[in-house]
Amino acid sequence: MSTTTDTAPITIHIPTPLRAYTDEQATATVEAATVGAALRALVDHYPELDANLYTDDGTLRSFVNIYRGDEDIRHLDGPDTALEAGDELSIVPSIAGG
Amino acid sequence: MITTPDILDAIRDHGEDSYPEEGCGFLLGTVRDGVNHVRAIRRVANRQATNRTRRYALTPDDYRAAQQAATEQGLDIVGFYHSHPDHPARPSETDLVEATFPGYTYAIVAVHDGSATDLTAWTLAPDRSRFEQEAICTETTITA
Repeated sequence: MSTTTDTAPITIHIPTPLRAYTDEQATATVEAATVGAALRALVDHYPELDANLYTDDGTLRSFVNIYRGDEDIRHLDGPDTALEAGDELSIVPSIAGG
Repeated sequence: MITTPDILDAIRDHGEDSYPEEGCGFLLGTVRDGVNHVRAIRRVANRQATNRTRRYALTPDDYRAAQQAATEQGLDIVGFYHSHPDHPARPSETDLVEATFPGYTYAIVAVHDGSATDLTAWTLAPDRSRFEQEAICTETTITA
């Protein structure tokens, strides 16, 4: 039976410009049970990502979308979305302007 | 950014084709020594629901489709372009508010009375406070 303390190896895909902050790695592997924990582990390992992904009050920036596989986590359980070993997360920006 | 005259013409063409609305799309290429080398563009419909003469939007699904297309060509998404109908080729206040990550190239083409004029390139400052202009260098042939 699963518990909230279980963690699983998760692959996170990094957008091109953010690889400047991940030692040029296109993917990162973290151990986490939820999407929120996975992102926090990523930022803990690569602190320069923090200001690019989060606002000063710790919420994801409005243009940052997180996908688990092909699903936007907003349509799942948001940051509480559960993860299983082998899941892949993508950081996907929304682009807009005037 | 480093690119070819043909790609710059393709951006201008899309701006003219979209006039009087804003045209937009992705810049696909590679990053070498911190410089974006643009090898292809990917046209996308302006997803903005209203006011497309003054606003543009690309959805996360557009981004994911562009990423897949780029990967199939051995490329990455290195930036975006959009047109400014009857407006200078400089980032607007809205462009700054909506800006994503430093490191992407944001190309802007001005289109006046249906004809493309200035084409410029910009990147968000690391502290997100402003756009900084990027030089546009062209090569007739980009060597791998």
